[in-house]
Amino acid sequence: MDELLQFRETYFAECEELLRDLETQLGALHDGTADSECLNSIFRAVHSIKAGAGLFKFSVLVHFSHELEALLDYMRDGRVEITEARVDLLFRANDVLADLIGAAAVGGDAPVAVADALAKELAEITAAARGESAAGESASGAPEDGDTAAGSAETRGEPLCYRIDFRPSAELFRHANEPLLLIRELKTLGQVEIDADLSRLPDLKSMEPEDAYLGWTLTLRSDCGRAAVEEVFEFVEHDCRLDIAVVPSDAPSPEAQGAAANGDAAAGTANGQTADRSAAEPQAAKAGSGARISSIRVDLNRIDRLVNMVGELVITQSMLSQQADELPTGQLPRFSRGLEELAMHTRELQESVMAIRMQPVKSVFARVPRLVREVTAKLGKRARLVTIGEETEVDKTVIEEISDPITHMIRNSLDHGLESPEKREAAGKPAEGTITLCAEHRGGRIVITIRDDGRGIDHASVLARAKERGLVAPDAHLSGDEIEDLLFKPGFSTAETVTDISGRGVGLDVVRRNIEGLGGRVSVSSERDSGTCFTMTLPLTLAVMDGMIVVVGGEKFVIPTTNIIESMRPSREQVNRLPSGEQVVEVRGEYLQLLYIARAFNIPGAVDDPSRGLVVLAETERRGKVGLVVDQLLGQQQVVIKSLEDNYDPVPGISAATILGNGLVAPILDVEGLQTMSQAPVARAATLSDLSPGGVGGGTVRPPDAIVSTEQAERSQWT
Amino acid sequence: MDLSAIADTAGEAGAADKTKPEGTAPERAAAEQPDERDAGPGETSQFVTFTVGEEAYAVDILQVREIKGWTEVTRLPNQPAHMRGVLNLRGVIVPIFDLRCRFGQGLTEATPTHVVVIVAVADRIVGILVDTVSDILTVGSEEIRPVPDLESRSDRDFLKGLATSGDRMVALLQLDRLFDLSALKTGLDTAEPAQQAIG
Repeated sequence: MDELLQFRETYFAECEELLRDLETQLGALHDGTADSECLNSIFRAVHSIKAGAGLFKFSVLVHFSHELEALLDYMRDGRVEITEARVDLLFRANDVLADLIGAAAVGGDAPVAVADALAKELAEITAAARGESAAGESASGAPEDGDTAAGSAETRGEPLCYRIDFRPSAELFRHANEPLLLIRELKTLGQVEIDADLSRLPDLKSMEPEDAYLGWTLTLRSDCGRAAVEEVFEFVEHDCRLDIAVVPSDAPSPEAQGAAANGDAAAGTANGQTADRSAAEPQAAKAGSGARISSIRVDLNRIDRLVNMVGELVITQSMLSQQADELPTGQLPRFSRGLEELAMHTRELQESVMAIRMQPVKSVFARVPRLVREVTAKLGKRARLVTIGEETEVDKTVIEEISDPITHMIRNSLDHGLESPEKREAAGKPAEGTITLCAEHRGGRIVITIRDDGRGIDHASVLARAKERGLVAPDAHLSGDEIEDLLFKPGFSTAETVTDISGRGVGLDVVRRNIEGLGGRVSVSSERDSGTCFTMTLPLTLAVMDGMIVVVGGEKFVIPTTNIIESMRPSREQVNRLPSGEQVVEVRGEYLQLLYIARAFNIPGAVDDPSRGLVVLAETERRGKVGLVVDQLLGQQQVVIKSLEDNYDPVPGISAATILGNGLVAPILDVEGLQTMSQAPVARAATLSDLSPGGVGGGTVRPPDAIVSTEQAERSQWT
Repeated sequence: MDLSAIADTAGEAGAADKTKPEGTAPERAAAEQPDERDAGPGETSQFVTFTVGEEAYAVDILQVREIKGWTEVTRLPNQPAHMRGVLNLRGVIVPIFDLRCRFGQGLTEATPTHVVVIVAVADRIVGILVDTVSDILTVGSEEIRPVPDLESRSDRDFLKGLATSGDRMVALLQLDRLFDLSALKTGLDTAEPAQQAIG
C-alpha cells in the first residue's frame, strides 16, 4: 500500500512536469512557432497522463484525457485542421486537465461537469472529422472505412487488423533488443500471422554475427488500440523501420511487399498516410531525443545535507592547507601537491553541488499563461503574454519564493495596468494588450521584469489617494518616483472598486516586504499611456552570498557585500560630533552617521577611534547610508548562510550566521537592524520585537527558512 | 558503560538534521509524562548522568544526540550570561549553554576535558556544557521521587524528579523548562541590563 502511495506521488510529480510541458508546447502552437515534433510532444504528454490515471483508476481523468488524446491524434495526422479556435480549446482542455489532476492529487472534488462538457466538445470535433455528426449517436460512431478504423477502434474496442512492417536496423542486437520477445509480446495482444523477410540476409562469409538481418511483416488481429501496438515496439523505435497500418479485416493479408501498392483503395489510403508519417517521424524523434533531458527526482533535504557536508569538507580542506603552509617549504612536495589538488576538487565539488539546486525559472513562468487567460476572461480584457528568458537559472529556494510575487504583479498589471479593449482602441492601441514577463541575470542577481503596455500610473490620482488615506501629508510635493513608490505602501489600493482579481487585501506592500525579506528589491516605473514596468531583483541563491569579513574587538563578523559601498580610514578631521553626542563622518561632502559595532554589541577591547580603525560605508534600502566602525577588514569571501533561528532566537543586529574556514561560526550583520538599534538606543527592549518583522529590509540576509519572521518573534524565546 | 556507542548513534541522529527530533517528539513527550510512567510500574527509563561541580544531573537518553569535548565557540552579541555562544555541528549552528552558570554558580572554566552534551529540546538542538559525563542510569518509574516543595519555585519547575545512583542523588532535568523564557524571567542569573529589559 505504501508502495502504491509512493507511485502515486511519483505520478503526480510527473504530471506536474507533463502539464508544464504541455503549456509550453501549446504556447508554441499558439504562436505559430511549433515544429512537427510539437504536436507529438503534446500527444505523448496527454497519453502519459492517461496511462497513469488508468493505473490509479481516476476514471474522470481517464475519460477526459482519452477524448483529448483522440483529438490530438487526429490533429497530428492532419485529419483535424489546427485553427486558432481549436488551439484555444486545447488550452482550455489543458486547464481542465490540470484541475482534474489537482483534484485527483488531493482527493478533492473534480470539476466533472466542466470536464464532461469539454470532453463532449472535443469528441464532437473528432467525430466531425470522421465525417459524421455526434448528435445522433454516441461520441464515437461506427467505422465506415479503413481510414478511420484506427480512431474508432480505440474508442469502440472492435477487432481490427494491423499490418506491421518491422525492419530492424543492423544494430538492433547491440542495443540489447531481441525481436523474438517483441513478437511474443505482440502475440499476447491477439492473433498474429508472421511473415519473415530474408531478403537482407547476406552470404555466410560476409555475415556479421552481431548484426540483425531479418525483417518481418506481421499481421495482427486484435481489439487493442493502436497505442498498445506501438507500445510493443517502444524500445526499438529508433532501431528499426516500423510501419503500422490498419487494414480492413476482410482485406487479404499481404503476401508480398508490394501489397500496399496494388491493394484496394482503402488500404492504399491508410498506407499512404502511415508512410508519410513514418518518413516524418524518424526526424522528429531524433529532434525529440536531443531535447529530452534525462533527470531524476531528488528530495531537497538530501541535497541540503549534501550541501552541508560539502561545506564542511571545504572547511576541513582549508584547515589542512593552513597547517601545511606552516610546514617548512620544500618538504613533503607530494603532500602539498596532493593538498592543492584536494583544494581544486573540493571547489569544483562545491560548485557542482550548488549547481544541482539551480533551476530554470521556466517552472514558475509556465504557470503564468493560465493565470493570464483566466484573469483576462474574468475582466473581459484581452492580453497576450510574452515570456523571455525562461531558461534563466536560479537556486531552488529562490524559485519557490518568486512565484507568488510574480502572480501578484501579473494580476496587478492585468487589472490596473491594461485598459479594456474599447478604451485601448479609442487610444489607438491594439485591442489586445501585451504583458511581457522577462527574466535575466544581471550582476550576479536575477532580474525579473513585468511590463504591460497599458495606461501607466496616473500620478495625480495616486497622490490624491495617498493623501486621502493619510499616507502623505496633504500639502506634500512628491517626485514621480516617490509617487510611484507609494504603490508599495501598506493600505494603498488604486482600484476604484476592490475586485477579486487583485484586491484581496494583500497589497503590493506585502510583495515588497516578502521580496526584501529575501534580500531583493522591487520597484515600479511607468510612462503615462504607454505602460508600467515592475522590476524585481533577487539574489541567485539564498544559500550563499558574498560577504566582507571584519574584526571587532577580536570577534569576526560578516557584512553582506551588497550593503557595502566602500571602506575607508577617515582622518581625524572627517569625524565630527553632533550636539547629541552622535558622531558623523564626512565623506565627499556628505555627513553620515557613525555606528560602532562594538558599542551596539557590547564588545570590549575594540578600536574606539575611527581614524585608527576602519569605517565601512554601508547602505540599506530603507535607512540609507551609515558608517560602520570596525577594527580591520580580513577580506571578501563567499559565505554559506546558516540559520541561527533553527536552534536559537533572532538576535537584534544579526541576520544569520556562517561558518568560517577555521570551522568557527561568524555572525552575519543585519545592517538595517543595526541602524534601527542605534536609533533607539535607550529602548533597546523594543528593538527585538521591532526588528524581527521590520528588520527584513533592503540588504538584510535571512536564511531561506527564516523568512516569515513575525511568527518567530512571537514564538517563545530562549534568552 | 559504553558512552562512545551513544555518541555514535546519537551523532548520526543529529546529522539527520531536524527531522529526527521531530520524529521522536511523541516518544519523548510520553516519556516526560509522569502520569503515564505511573501506569506501568515495571517500566524503566534510561538517563545519561553528568556532573556539574559536586552535583549529579541526568537527562533522558532519548533526548541526547551526541556527546563531545569542549571546543571554542563563537559569542553572539548581547547573549545571556549563561550562554557560551554557538558551535558549528556539522554545518548546523547550535547554541551552547553553561549549566553551571544557569544554576547561578558562575561561569565554567571550560577546558578540552569539559564535555558538551548535545540534546534535542522541543524542535531545537542545543548543547549543554557540563564538567564530566558519568554513566547511563536505568531507573524504574517507581524509583523516581518527586521533588519536594522548595522555596525556589524555579528549581522545581525544571526538575522532572529525583533518582538515586549508588549512594548519590541525581536530579533529572526537564530541559524544555530549563531553557524556557518564562523560567528565566524569575531569573537565577541575570544577563546584561539590556537583556533584562528584553526579558
